[in-house]
Amino acid sequence: MEPLSWTGAMGPVLNPLLLAAVAVFVVSLAVQVVLSLVTTRPVPDGPTLSAPRSLSDYAGLGVTAGFGLAVLVCLAYLVGGLVIPGYEAKGILGCLSQRLWPVWLSLVVVFVLSFGFKRRLGLYGKLFDSTIGMLGFALVMFWVFAGIYGAMDLILTHDPLSQVSGMKNKVPGTPLSGAEDGDYPYYLLGGDNLARDVFSRMIAGAWEVIKIAPFATLFAFMVGITLGLPAAYYGGKLDTVLSFAANLILAFPVILLFYLLVTPEIVATGIPVYMAAVLFVFPILFFVVLFNSRFHTQPQKRAVYIGITLVLGLWLYLGIAWNADPLGIISFPPNLLVVFVSVVFVNSPTVFRIVRGLALDIKTRDYVAAAQTRGEGPWYIMLWEILPNARGPLIVDFCLRIGYTTILLGTLGFFGLGLSPESPDWGSTINEGRKLLSIYLHPAITPALALLSLVLGLNLLADGLREESLRD
Amino acid sequence: MALFILRRVGIMILTAICLTFIVFFLTNLYPNLEKLAKTEGNQRMSDEQVELWLANRGYDRNLFVKYGEWLGVVPGYVIEDADGTVRGRCFGTGEEPAGARRFCGVLQGDWGQSTRFGEPVQDIVFKRLGLTGWLMLAVMCVMVPGALIIGVLAGMREGSKLDRSLSTVSILTTATPEYVSGVIFIAVFASSAVGLKWFKGTATSAMDDITFANFTLPVLTIALYGMGYIARMTRASMAEVMTAQYIRTARLKGVSFRAIVLRHALRNALIAPFTVIMLQFPWLLNGVVIVETLFNYKGFGWTLVEAAGNNDIELLLGVSVVSVFVVLITQLISDVGYVFLNPRIRVT
Repeated sequence: MEPLSWTGAMGPVLNPLLLAAVAVFVVSLAVQVVLSLVTTRPVPDGPTLSAPRSLSDYAGLGVTAGFGLAVLVCLAYLVGGLVIPGYEAKGILGCLSQRLWPVWLSLVVVFVLSFGFKRRLGLYGKLFDSTIGMLGFALVMFWVFAGIYGAMDLILTHDPLSQVSGMKNKVPGTPLSGAEDGDYPYYLLGGDNLARDVFSRMIAGAWEVIKIAPFATLFAFMVGITLGLPAAYYGGKLDTVLSFAANLILAFPVILLFYLLVTPEIVATGIPVYMAAVLFVFPILFFVVLFNSRFHTQPQKRAVYIGITLVLGLWLYLGIAWNADPLGIISFPPNLLVVFVSVVFVNSPTVFRIVRGLALDIKTRDYVAAAQTRGEGPWYIMLWEILPNARGPLIVDFCLRIGYTTILLGTLGFFGLGLSPESPDWGSTINEGRKLLSIYLHPAITPALALLSLVLGLNLLADGLREESLRD
Repeated sequence: MALFILRRVGIMILTAICLTFIVFFLTNLYPNLEKLAKTEGNQRMSDEQVELWLANRGYDRNLFVKYGEWLGVVPGYVIEDADGTVRGRCFGTGEEPAGARRFCGVLQGDWGQSTRFGEPVQDIVFKRLGLTGWLMLAVMCVMVPGALIIGVLAGMREGSKLDRSLSTVSILTTATPEYVSGVIFIAVFASSAVGLKWFKGTATSAMDDITFANFTLPVLTIALYGMGYIARMTRASMAEVMTAQYIRTARLKGVSFRAIVLRHALRNALIAPFTVIMLQFPWLLNGVVIVETLFNYKGFGWTLVEAAGNNDIELLLGVSVVSVFVVLITQLISDVGYVFLNPRIRVT
């Protein structure tokens, strides 16, 4: 079989078009930027609606047209992959698009639904007013869906761990040697130096990130909020001690901390388990205090909420931190736990500082004074008066921090810490691929671009959210 | 002011003691010591032999005493083992215990012996630190002016096309960790298969002789990640200053836009980025470790990886002390400098 070309049958038509579109976009963007540097916008004279078009306006038109055309061509590649029959005619891009069809479907559904109910969805709905925010959201959701469907085995073309002889370091689009019926006949993004499929490993790596990063960030937020609010609200000794501890952890170079914490020897001493035992108490504490402060005047409701929190929380706590789930459903492998714990540990002091800063500002507001006059308890004020009013910056920071956590996980993988050497996570894959980087690019570049696009998506999403939350 | 600096220095020393103690504790955990005994002694030692080996070298005593010895505030141990060999912290095997100093720790300039390199730790650390110093210097020369220019250009006309383009660029660079941008740079500029072959993909030769070809990629890789963050801070600070009353006054007086930016806005807008740049040092240290591994430049970060990977306890401790001090001193400079730069803050 012939190796696949990148664009298949669509190439001869679409490639020149894409080149032209990109060229127009780049040239007009450059012109526009230079113009905005040297000229100031002429002030319209009197009540006119249509000012004469300047060069800058034409450049703007060129930017929009070039960008739009490039997007359309890219869409055409993807749609072509879904529509055109035959691997050869689809090309690599088309085949990729066809493998990813559940992701496209889910993205379309999410976007159509969100657009339809935009005005009823609060801050999330407002996200769809900003192009940057939508772009970021699309990138993030792409990887989320790719990770989930990858784990459900809907996308992978091959097993990410199995090696196929004769496929070592093969370039993208190489036909599978010795393919049998039912095997996917190509390595779409090539093979790595152990002859594994790069595409399948990339998708499997997305799942590694999706299943750790958001939860680790969430835990870090719980810890940071539970400690940061009282530090700001009470101040005094408590604040001094907690701030000192936070600064202590922040003064550690992250990599040194990882090298000290994420080693098999440390796992053997059980320190990660104790750290997990301490850190994972905070979410339970957070929810118990949250419900208690709200419903302490309604004992029945309080009993229900706190009961549910405690049962669920302790079950998860035993399962995750101590690996001792009485029902045997949750199990957390020790080397994943140490990765999780160290990421939470590194992130929580920064969250603590942010929460503390926000709370220090908000506690001087009138509505806090009003609540104090009403005789509300301190925890009610912290969790139901201060925290909801700090949500905007916290949500934005949450998105940014998931990105940062993704980078940290990649760093851990890059140094071969924690995760198993076979693990398909992006950091380990980049580390493996870099050794032959000067000869074979694809094994390292693929996960690198994947990581870049996910983190970029999260950053854009955060930027869009910030813009939209500042608007009102 | 003197009192303020004194208090900051006090806190700094306290922090340094806490941090080094944590590192000491983590590196001196029993599994690490067991591994040390087995690599230094014999791989097939039994548990009793390991314990004896450790006891003869003073590893089995109280953690605080050991920390005190390492720091140099507690007299070094002298242990006579069962067969009459006398070992001490402050003298080598075979030397006379009588002539040795009583204290030998970090404070006395005695940082121990590296098991990985077989040299005194302080020699290795400072030699490697010198190499990394050049890297850092080059990074600072690229990153700081670049970030400030991008930030000021973006912030002086908030919302303009220039601002949007530059902000997008800075978001892109903050989203690219060193191990991603390094890989992409090598692929584009140094790969022998495809790519431009402008630069070299390794910086090993830069240890002796820094050239444009072997030093550009590592420097760019580190600088890029920090650049976006500083640029965004500068942009925010600049945008805020541009809406200030005195800028409006200057405009109404008829001062030209160029003069407003250069003479009125710039100085006030650069106070906040100063702190940010100083606080970037801990992150730069991360970048240095990644980039030195990626480009095989045997500096400080590479030493950290080697020390940690080979369970070289004394060297790892030495590296931690230096990195912790670098971080803390930059924090101190940032605090003090902020007070100096910003006339609105008075320390009493």
